[in-house]
Amino acid sequence: MENRSFYNEILTEHNIHPEFKYDMPDADIVLEGVNPSCGDDIFLKLKLDGDVISDGAFIGDGCAISQASADIMLGMIIGKHKDEALKLGETFLKMIQGEASEEEIDSLEEASALRDIAHMPARVKCAVLGWRTLKEALGNHDEA
Amino acid sequence: MYNYKNDFPLLANSTVAYLDNAATAQRPQCVIDAEDNFYRTCNANPMRGLYPLSIAATDAYEDAREAVRAFLNAKSTSEIIFTRNTTEGLNLIAYSYGLTQVHAGDEVLVSIMEHHSNLLPWQMVCRQTGATLRFIECRPDGSVDLDEIAAQITDKTKIVAMTQVSNVLGRENPIRAVADLAHAKGAVMVVDGAQSTPHKAVDVQALGADFLAFSGHKIFGPMGIGALYGRKELLKKMPPFLSGGEMIESVTREGAVFAELPHKFEAGTVNAAGAVGLHAAINYLQKIGYEEMERRETALVARALAGMKEMPYVHVLGSELAEEHTGIVAFAVDGVHPHDISEILAADDIAVRAGHHCAQPLLKHLGYNSTVRASFAFYNTEEEVDRLLASVSTLRERMGYGK
Repeated sequence: MENRSFYNEILTEHNIHPEFKYDMPDADIVLEGVNPSCGDDIFLKLKLDGDVISDGAFIGDGCAISQASADIMLGMIIGKHKDEALKLGETFLKMIQGEASEEEIDSLEEASALRDIAHMPARVKCAVLGWRTLKEALGNHDEA
Repeated sequence: MYNYKNDFPLLANSTVAYLDNAATAQRPQCVIDAEDNFYRTCNANPMRGLYPLSIAATDAYEDAREAVRAFLNAKSTSEIIFTRNTTEGLNLIAYSYGLTQVHAGDEVLVSIMEHHSNLLPWQMVCRQTGATLRFIECRPDGSVDLDEIAAQITDKTKIVAMTQVSNVLGRENPIRAVADLAHAKGAVMVVDGAQSTPHKAVDVQALGADFLAFSGHKIFGPMGIGALYGRKELLKKMPPFLSGGEMIESVTREGAVFAELPHKFEAGTVNAAGAVGLHAAINYLQKIGYEEMERRETALVARALAGMKEMPYVHVLGSELAEEHTGIVAFAVDGVHPHDISEILAADDIAVRAGHHCAQPLLKHLGYNSTVRASFAFYNTEEEVDRLLASVSTLRERMGYGK
């Protein structure tokens, strides 16, 4: 049976073999993110070196979209300045809302594999769970 | 063999394998016509006017009540209250009976397999009255231990609330036996009939139910109409749930004399067109007959269970016997989250439910966070079961696990 769903290889690979899904007991910031609709529940763990995210990981469980999205996100933000990570988060949100330009979507690298979620309102919360938690963790409580 | 989908316009014009019947069923043309016809030919506010149209509307509404009475084998139409749905019926019991008859130190007993709508109202009653909420547990196959229940029902127990059929496991509970135990201790038996009425004949007297609620939309009727059965002696001593129009004899500046049963519990303008649609739905399903429906549904479940048994990574909740599933097959697949499963099935044009099915305590009790639920009605086909099985067999591969 051909795969008519949007579960592409990037997504399934990050879901089954996540690079950053492990416990990080000495993290500087730990924040739980919950998405009640799918029961997704993650703990985002970050280490900071000044304003730079020096390392990060997550634990928890949930649907493939939430898990893959969080894993992809960590791969993109580690080593980046807080502001840069938050900027990526904003672009990601724009993409999910179907408002990002092709150029902006390109800047999201692997996270652009989730662009089709824009057409699936029920799963948007899964895709943004990691990014939303990141935004809260970095103390930016401006409009979500 | 007759294709029942021809009776249902949505199904006749769609390729979807609709396997979410436990959430809501589809409606046959006769139900759609009945509601439509009410608005076209006898629309007026029932109960109020004395002119012919209003009388026609009142008659249509009261005929529907009689149909529901016969459907549940209640003694009198005064025991049938129209509601929006099962949830509203159960809340009516909780607010009107529960809050006035349950007191501090009393106990309310519910089963662990209740839908949230037969759990949250009792949590509310216990919180507000100071009573204690206790749980009847179930075994992994969904069965309950009557000896255990007998020990749990004491002189303190005022209400025992139980679903006749679990919306997750599909298993039927021994309501009559539990009702006898409840009555022996002076407690009342509240039955959630939302999942039983679509599949089997329900006789409130034979069940020993003091209250039983069901939804029209699950038995092929319209959304927004349901009914509550209550034993007359109990309804009589209960205060109204909602107040306002249509539920009074007379009103003064200071107070009111409430209307007779069942109108005391039907405040405001009623959903007469919905009741007429429900009447048509009852006629429709009685024409087909529960025997025929159950036979078809059990065959579909048996086919699904047999197919899933061949897939070691699929785990079905509840009994291994098709006849103990009442058309409901909830399952989990190793390594694939239920919401991803339903998404992939949707891509294959198969509609199923994923999540906790509004029964979180049961899923937790059985060791799951969420599951997928395929629920069958008599109009579903073997071909649809085979499509479901074919899709399920590809899930792991499509989620990247390899062959």
